Amino acid sequence: MMEYWVWLSSLSISPRNRIKLLNCFKDPKNIWEASKADLQELDFISEATVNRIIDKKHKDKVSGYIKSITELGLEIITIEDDKYPCYLKSIYDPPVVLYVKGTIVPDENAIAIVGSRNATFYGNEIAEEFSFRLACMGIAIVSGMARGIDSSAHKGALKARGRTIAVLGCGHDIVYPAENKKLMEEISNNGAVISEFLPGTQPIAMNFPLRNRIISGLSIGTMIVEAAEKSGSLITAEYAIEQGREVFAVPGNINSINSRGTNKLIKDGAKITTCIEDILEELNIYNINAGLAGKNNYDERKENKENRGLFDKTSIKGLSPEELQIVELLMYEPTHIDILVNKTGYSIERINTVMTMLELKGIVEQLPGKIFKIKNAFQFI
Amino acid sequence: MLSKVNSCGLLGIEGYVISVETDISNGIPAFEIVGLGDTAVKEAKERVRAAIRNSGLEFPVKKITINLAPADLRKEGSALDLPIAIGILAAAGNTFNSANKISDGNCFGNFAGDYMFAGELSLNGEVKPIKGVLSMAMCARQKGIKNLVIPDGNKDEAAVVKGINVLPVKNIIDIIRHLTGEKRIEKYSIDVEKIFEENTCYDLDFCEVRGQDNVKRALEIAAAGAHSCLMVGPPGAGKTMIARRLPSILPPLTFEEALEVTRIHSIAGNLPAGTPLIKTRPFRSPHHTISAVSLTGGGRYPKPGEISMAHYGVLFLDEIAEFDRKTLEALRQPLEDGRITISRLHGTITYPARTTLILACNPCPCGNASDPTKICTCTPRQIREYFSKISGPLLDRIDMFIDVAPVKYEELEATRAVEKSGDIRERVVKARNIQLKRYKGFQIYSNSQLQPAMIERFCKLNEECRALLRKAFDKLGLTARSYNRVLKVARTIADLEEKENIELNHLAEALQYRIKYGTIQQLTK
Repeated sequence: MMEYWVWLSSLSISPRNRIKLLNCFKDPKNIWEASKADLQELDFISEATVNRIIDKKHKDKVSGYIKSITELGLEIITIEDDKYPCYLKSIYDPPVVLYVKGTIVPDENAIAIVGSRNATFYGNEIAEEFSFRLACMGIAIVSGMARGIDSSAHKGALKARGRTIAVLGCGHDIVYPAENKKLMEEISNNGAVISEFLPGTQPIAMNFPLRNRIISGLSIGTMIVEAAEKSGSLITAEYAIEQGREVFAVPGNINSINSRGTNKLIKDGAKITTCIEDILEELNIYNINAGLAGKNNYDERKENKENRGLFDKTSIKGLSPEELQIVELLMYEPTHIDILVNKTGYSIERINTVMTMLELKGIVEQLPGKIFKIKNAFQFI
Repeated sequence: MLSKVNSCGLLGIEGYVISVETDISNGIPAFEIVGLGDTAVKEAKERVRAAIRNSGLEFPVKKITINLAPADLRKEGSALDLPIAIGILAAAGNTFNSANKISDGNCFGNFAGDYMFAGELSLNGEVKPIKGVLSMAMCARQKGIKNLVIPDGNKDEAAVVKGINVLPVKNIIDIIRHLTGEKRIEKYSIDVEKIFEENTCYDLDFCEVRGQDNVKRALEIAAAGAHSCLMVGPPGAGKTMIARRLPSILPPLTFEEALEVTRIHSIAGNLPAGTPLIKTRPFRSPHHTISAVSLTGGGRYPKPGEISMAHYGVLFLDEIAEFDRKTLEALRQPLEDGRITISRLHGTITYPARTTLILACNPCPCGNASDPTKICTCTPRQIREYFSKISGPLLDRIDMFIDVAPVKYEELEATRAVEKSGDIRERVVKARNIQLKRYKGFQIYSNSQLQPAMIERFCKLNEECRALLRKAFDKLGLTARSYNRVLKVARTIADLEEKENIELNHLAEALQYRIKYGTIQQLTK
């Protein structure tokens, strides 16, 4: 029975046409057995496509696919399955078959967190932090397991011991990018790794827009953390809009090339997001089961809305006056050491000493380029 | 007839006496030079012949044989032109009385023992400058040869050496007239002490660099303790600009050191005309396409390499990741020993190579990794490969890691005065003197040379410091490898403050000079 679904998913036709075919014939078996004439009657597929569908050689490959699927330990979830994710079903061109490693919770609330592959420290940190906090609230985090923002998003959710879903642009047998091998395993153990593509499919460029529609389709809202002007994650945002989902964008430094895309999204109407409450409010999903953080109370959270639990002066004890002075300066923005020297008037030796102490106390962290920033509180949980 | 004339050859940076023996006999006219001379030496024949003729003297049409003793050492260069010419004239003088402008046989007398000659000849008889004259002068003095005849262009460096008479010549005819007594050349002397006392001027000064307090402080520490550094920063951050100014804050050269530096430069042919003594610390910055031999020294006719040219100065290797791995590997031994030994068939040559090593590289192949407003387009593998060349033994020699970032000038208000190199140097000199005193009798001169056993002894920590270090190991992920580095640097910081014991703030500051980048961090923790 499954063979027919697998075969249907292996055909090179657009997702929309695949759905249409299914609607016409009701069952993939019927499509398999359809005659050329039957198929030619349909107005939405070309002659070439008809030939592909009746191609016997193609049909013979199916047993091979089934073998790989079994070997990889994948579950096949078809659109008719109860397990098929609800939100995904309602999009214009849902995938007819999903190959899954892990567990699907069909009706779970999920937020997609996507962004640039060449993300900055800022972007990666925000992605991880937001993902962490949302996961603590029981929200699943969906992303594409790409380098940069996607990986940070998955990591944040994993840190919170929450659920995370990765949607691939290739088959499960290929780890792309290669350095995410371990991450992929962890995701399948704490959520699911999904693909519309059969094992053996290479991560070619055209697969990624297709997979992006699934990322936004699975989620009730998509958050773009950091994107340059031409980032692929902007496509995900477009899909979200098409699918009638909310789009959230994190603003960035207006001088930063890495935030041009996200800043533009905000101009074009995406909701400006500077704390998770911006997301929770919009989607009316507060008061859900608390996770690790134990912060469940909406009102309390609303009060501390912009705080994000970061340090404020009064919560830091045992700092020397110099240390305090520097922490205050760093509250504004990450700062280069020479500027700290300039602003405080202390000698460079003294600043060096103070920064080491602050680093050792875990209050400050250093970025390449001798830039210091306040270490975000959420890392301590 | 036979004549013997002294000249000088160079082995490493030392000179050795070459005895130029000339034999003129009857037979088919010929002119042979034996004694393992290189091509330049062989070509001396043409120059000598023309020079002698064009000076109005007769070139003997006989069988001339020149032997350069010792006959089994390779001779090279054009410095032997002059002695060969003198040798021929001396040997011929006895047979060509009438034809020679020089009157009477034995015109040169027995001057063999008292004179040493060296110089290149032009076809018209002019004597042109040569390399290594300072070493030749020191050799002459050592061997008790009283008079040194050298080209006028080299007179200043020769005059640095006391105890010999420097006779500079512009033309071969000058020395002939001197030897025949017709017109004596006045010995040339300079006031070396005065020249040495004169203020050393570096063209570049630290006050020309705006901002970058962090880097300046790091280099001050590096200068004080002779620590080698790795500067990491994007292109245009100012790494090269600041590194070039490092020599200006290093302690001044002592006379002996200046002499040695001058010798090396003289041998390499790098001594500017009219400079008796090099008093500024050399700054060498070879391009990354340099070969191993050019970097360390050697070659068929051994020459000092860049590392020796940077002796007592700074060797700056910019774009360290672009250097060939083998080339960098060749640096390891000389950096360890402070000299480079080149073995040849007839013995070994040693060039000194005690230098402060400064390496510079980008934070990643595209250069943008440390700039928060730029996109880094490198894959993790590219970054790993980039840094793989500087792992291992070379990195072990680096005591300090300096993060260099371009700082926008607008962000800095120039309200504070910018320190001059001279002021920084004063502090550096004080710190160095403390080290010299401390390590007297231990065969080392600076904190950077401390071996692990000595670190125990000289870098004692109090309980407070030990607790800090323990914490640093946990929180900052330091390892045993960086333990010694941090202590050496802390020791130097304490010396700069003229404190006897290492205190908490010294250690805390030293910890800032550890590496923090992802990949490089793995390599150097």
